[in-house]
Parts: sequence; structure tokens; C-alpha cells
Amino acid sequence: MDVELLIGILPQVVIDGLILGFMYALIALGYTMVYGVLEFINFAHSEVFIFGAFVGVEIMLGLKSAGVLERFPWILVLVVVLLAGMLASALLAFTIERVAYRPLRHAPRLIPLISAIGVSFFLQDVIRLTESIWRNAFNLVYPTIESLNVRLEITETIDVSIKSLVVIVAALLMLWALHALVNRTKVGTAIRAVAEDQAAASLMGINVNRIISLTFVIGGAMGGAAGVLFGVQYGLINPYTGFIPGLKAFTAAVLGGIGNIPGAMLGGLVLGLLEAFAASYLSLLTGGAFGAEYKDIFAFSILILILIFRPKGLLGEVVRERA
Amino acid sequence: MRGARVIRRPLVAIPLSVLLLIVSGAAVASFPRSVLAFLLFQGAILFIYLAAMPGYLRAALLAVALLVMMPIIGAYNVYYLEIATQVGIFAALALGLNIVVGLAGLLDLGYVAFFAVGAYSWAIFGSPHANQIFGGGFPLAPGWFYLFIFVGLAVAALAGVLLGLPVLRLHGDYLAIVTLGFGEVIRVLANNLDKPINFTNGPKGITPINRPPVPFGLPYAEYSYFLVLLIVLVVIVVNRRLEDSHIGRAWEAIREDQVAAQAMGVPLVRAKLLAFACGASFAGVMGVVFAAKQVFINPESFTFLESIGVLAMVILGGMGSIPGAVLGATIVTVLNLQVLKGLSLWLNELKNAGVVILGYPLADLPTQLEPAKYERMIFGVILVVMMIFRPQGFLPARRRQREIEVTAEEHKTVTV
Repeated sequence: MDVELLIGILPQVVIDGLILGFMYALIALGYTMVYGVLEFINFAHSEVFIFGAFVGVEIMLGLKSAGVLERFPWILVLVVVLLAGMLASALLAFTIERVAYRPLRHAPRLIPLISAIGVSFFLQDVIRLTESIWRNAFNLVYPTIESLNVRLEITETIDVSIKSLVVIVAALLMLWALHALVNRTKVGTAIRAVAEDQAAASLMGINVNRIISLTFVIGGAMGGAAGVLFGVQYGLINPYTGFIPGLKAFTAAVLGGIGNIPGAMLGGLVLGLLEAFAASYLSLLTGGAFGAEYKDIFAFSILILILIFRPKGLLGEVVRERA
Repeated sequence: MRGARVIRRPLVAIPLSVLLLIVSGAAVASFPRSVLAFLLFQGAILFIYLAAMPGYLRAALLAVALLVMMPIIGAYNVYYLEIATQVGIFAALALGLNIVVGLAGLLDLGYVAFFAVGAYSWAIFGSPHANQIFGGGFPLAPGWFYLFIFVGLAVAALAGVLLGLPVLRLHGDYLAIVTLGFGEVIRVLANNLDKPINFTNGPKGITPINRPPVPFGLPYAEYSYFLVLLIVLVVIVVNRRLEDSHIGRAWEAIREDQVAAQAMGVPLVRAKLLAFACGASFAGVMGVVFAAKQVFINPESFTFLESIGVLAMVILGGMGSIPGAVLGATIVTVLNLQVLKGLSLWLNELKNAGVVILGYPLADLPTQLEPAKYERMIFGVILVVMMIFRPQGFLPARRRQREIEVTAEEHKTVTV
């Protein structure tokens, strides 16, 4: 085995893993915040995420056909697209909660979960239908911005593209903002109070319904941002792309301890790194017998192992069985 | 409701059932390509099931419809027989999932994995593909198919237990995600186990798979219809016996309240494992039949979409309800195979004919707009709408309906 080769690609693998990890972390926040408040897996979050990516690509394609995409400074374009994606996804998440989850809040546990699966499937095809009518295509490619594709050489063998750095910086900024919001503001205190005990929170004068809507809006905005960043980083999206990253982000949330916000960030990073390692080293270490195709299995195996041996996750608290 | 009253009066219902059967049969015979005629025939069967009449008469009428009329309809239009066979296959799957989700209350989102396990077990040994693993001597003779029905049952049940052992201690919604992951794992394995040893032939799939020998010189389509019908009947009988058995009651107790059930002495892990194994075994049997019927299988037939489709069938009919599962399987399959495809064909005909609606030529419609591709939308709408407006399903199981009402009542009185 070529040890030098294994070590040689290591920095590149770490960078890829970090990008993936920050993406998962942003999506995982949506799952974990909703779970913290409602003890409910928001299955449709993967579509909230990909919806952000679609809004982003539409705006960029619009700018491109107007011929102004390369004329504006890239940072302005990126900020506008990110904000639009966040806003759209937040609105979508808000609407989903109102229409499909709120009427079911007191139903037996399986019922809202099944409704969420339904929403997820419905949205996938709604996006497909809309894009089919609008563009006669539903596999869309993010237009490239030349200055984002410039690669910075760190050493002779390792380089990073500007857009990868942008993704990492943007994700860090947003995670920091969310952390500040939840821990240092009054609204954040209210969110934590509702997660702790809904009845007690409402007795303290907190409007529980509004806070629940707000968690969906915040989670949705993070998901939308992740969607735009995903599109900028990987380029190709279609209405069904969101599903697997969504599932893995959920895995990340469980890994970090579901309901726990720093846990989701940590879980996302760990999962992203593990997956990048599996994708590049699995085939090298097994002599090509098992290739990168197995990286999905790898993620799910982690999920199963975590749930069996440490169901509370890396940072979580023990969840009691509700009688 | 007036319609409901007619159904409850035997003197009206019996002649009406017979009349409906005759009319719909004649309609299909005279318009073999009409979707509506076949839908009318299906409606007649549903009417017979719901109408008030002595049990033996109902059984006789259903037997006439399914054993005599359906094969004759198939002679007029083989595609309808294909639909009926598909309905049967999915009805068995829905009945299996009904045990896991409906009776035991364990949400299994990777159910189609067990179907895949059954299908691949016959596909590998019933085709020349096995020569690549063992050297030679394959495919097995077609007669082995009947043995493999039981092999598929056993292998799928084993897979159910293997999946169940580690995950059954989990909380309800975690279980859903893990089973989903398991379904994906099986699909990824099927896609990639063409190396280092070629077990599944990867995305290319396996073909040709041997068909079972057909007795009495029946046409193959008719034979597989009867075979599927027979298996569905067996599955229904087993389901009913299970529901009223010791273990069936244990399942329902777990669904209603796991902690209370455990306190009353229900062995949780064993009962849940049995639910998984039973549900999986039905899927395994149908997998074997499916592989033989299709002659060709590849991982595309075993996606998450299929699992959700089967779930939608169970939800539509009513969780825990046996007739509900059959009804759900019929409605969803017919929607997919007849209505959506029919819409696509119709739209294309209109396009080609150059029809103009409100000044808009249909030929200008985007080519990517194919109604046949929107299964997910149908499944999604079914799941959401049923959960919000009728969570007990169209043909609810008595005990399940009671549970939903009671939970709703409790929350009305003890509002937070």
C-alpha cells in the first residue's frame, strides 16, 4: 500500500469533509430545532433545503440572461442569492407547519410523521412540475461565476477554490448568528423555554404557537442557505437531490444529540469528515473492492451504531420514554 | 346518506350487485380499451364487498367476479389482467406492511427491502446468473420456483429479524429513519455487489429469470394472475388469524401503549421481532413471484418510492384494517397504472391532434411535462390529506378508530 499517497491526499480530504460537514450542519439545525420543540422529525426539511437551492438558481439564471451576472461583484450576487434562498425556504417551512403539522399536533405520534413524509414527496413533484412548465427542464445547473472558481494554491499538491472558502465562511457566520440568537436574546430564551416545557412556557406568557412557527422559520432559513451554498459548491440540482443530504443531516443531528444546537453543528462536521474519508480511502484501502458508492451505507451504519450504543448522541441528554 | 341506505338493504343490494357485475362486464367486453369500463368493474367488486347480503352469496359473487370474469376480461385486454396482477402483488405487500405499521404500530419506511430480498433470491438462482458465483449448473429448473416461494419467505423473515434485533429498542420515529436507512442500504448493495464477487449484477439487473411451469396450458398472464390471487387469499387468511390471536392482541397493545403493554407482561422485543418477521415474509414471497413474473429485475424496482407507495396504500385503507389494505392497494395501483398513464396518453393524443384550448395550442406544452411521472405527488397528497382529514382510513379497523377518537377526546378535555 502506498502510504505516501494516503498521506498526500489527506489535506484535500479534510477540506472536502469540512465543506460537506458545514453543509450538513446547516441542514441539521432545521431538524434539531424542530425536534427540540415538538419531538417530531420534520421529514419535509430536505425539500425546504432544495427549495432554497432552486430559488437561488432561478435568480442566478435570471441575472445571467439579463447579462449582468458577471458585471456585479460576486460577493453582492452571492449575498442577494443567499438572502433570497433563505427567505423563500423560511416561508415554505412556515407554510408547511401551518398547513400540514399544526392540525395534527395532538394526534398519535405516527400521524404527523406520516404527514411530513407526504409533504416531502408532494413538494418534490411540485418543484418538478413548476420547473418543467417554466423551463422545460428540472435538472438545473448553477451558472458559474469565474472569480469564484479561482483556485488558491496552498502547497504544490493542495489547492482550495474561492467558492469552497466562501461556503465555509458563510456557514460559520450563520452558525455563529444562530448561536447568538438562541443563547443571548429574549426570543432565544423563549425558544429554549418552549423546548423545555410547553405548558410552563405558555403560563409564563410565551406564545407557544408563535415560537413553534419561529423555529420552523429559522430552521427553514438555515436550510435555504445550505441549499444555495450546495448549489454554488456542487452545481447540479434536481427536485430529488435534497433527499439524501437531508437524511444525512438528520443523521448528523442524531449523532450530535437531537434537540441540541451545538450538537447538530458538531455532528454535521464529524459526519462530513467521516464521509469524505470513507469516499476517498475506502477504495484505496480495500484495493478497489469497495468504492466510494458505499459512503451512503457508511453514514447509515453510523446512525444505527449511534442509536444503539449512545442514543443521546455526542452532546445530548437522555431522552425519556413518554408514557 | 341515501347511497349508504341502499347498500344496507339486502333486497335492493343483491339484485343491484348482480346487475352492476353484468353491466360492467358487458361494458369492458364492448369497450376493451376504455379505462372507465374497467373502473366500473372494480367499483362493482367494491359494491359487492360493502353491500348487505348473506356471507355465502357475497363469497359466490366475488368468486364469479375474480375467478371467472377477470380472466375473461384479460382475454379481451391483457393489460387489465396485468393491472389486476399488480394490484394483487401490492395488496400482499400492503397486508404485510399492515402487520408492522397497522397492528404493531412500528413505522417501517424500508419495507420494500424485504421484497427485494425475496426477488433477488429467486432471480439469482432461477437465472444463469448464479453460474458466475458457483461456476455452473444453473439456472435451476422452473419447478424449483415453488420451493423458492418458501426460501424467499424464510430469507426475508430472517432479514426482518436481523434488522429488528438491533433497532427495535428505539423510539418510534427513530425506528422509521433506521428502517429507511436499511432500505437504502439494501438498494445500494444491490447496485454495487457486482464486485468483488458478482452477486447482483449491479444496475444492469438480472435476466432472464425462469418462470414456473404452467399447468393445463394456461396462458402465462392468466396463470400468474391466479397464482397471485391464491397467495393474496392465503395472506388474508393468515392476517385474520393473526389479528385475533394472542400475538395479534399483543401487537395492538404495543401500538396503543408500549409501557402499559410491557407492564401487562407482553414480551416487547419478541412481539416486535415477530411483527417484523411476519410482515417481511409476505414481502419475500411476493418478491419471488414478482421476479418470475417480470423475468427481469434491477435495483430500480426497489426504491424508497416503492416503500412509500405501499405505506400510502395502508394509510388510505386504514391502518390495521385488512380490507382497507386491499382497497388501498387497488386504488393506488390503479391511479398509477391507469389514471396517470391514461392522462399522459390522452395529453399526447391531444397534442398530436393539434388541439387548441382557449387560444393556447397544446402542442406548445413543455415536453418534460409528463403526467405519468407524478406518482410522488399522488402519494404525498394521499398521505397528507388522509392524516389531516381521515387518519383512520376509508375502511377503518374498529379498534384503531376507537384509539384515534379517544386520543382526540383526551386532548379536547385536557388542553394545554
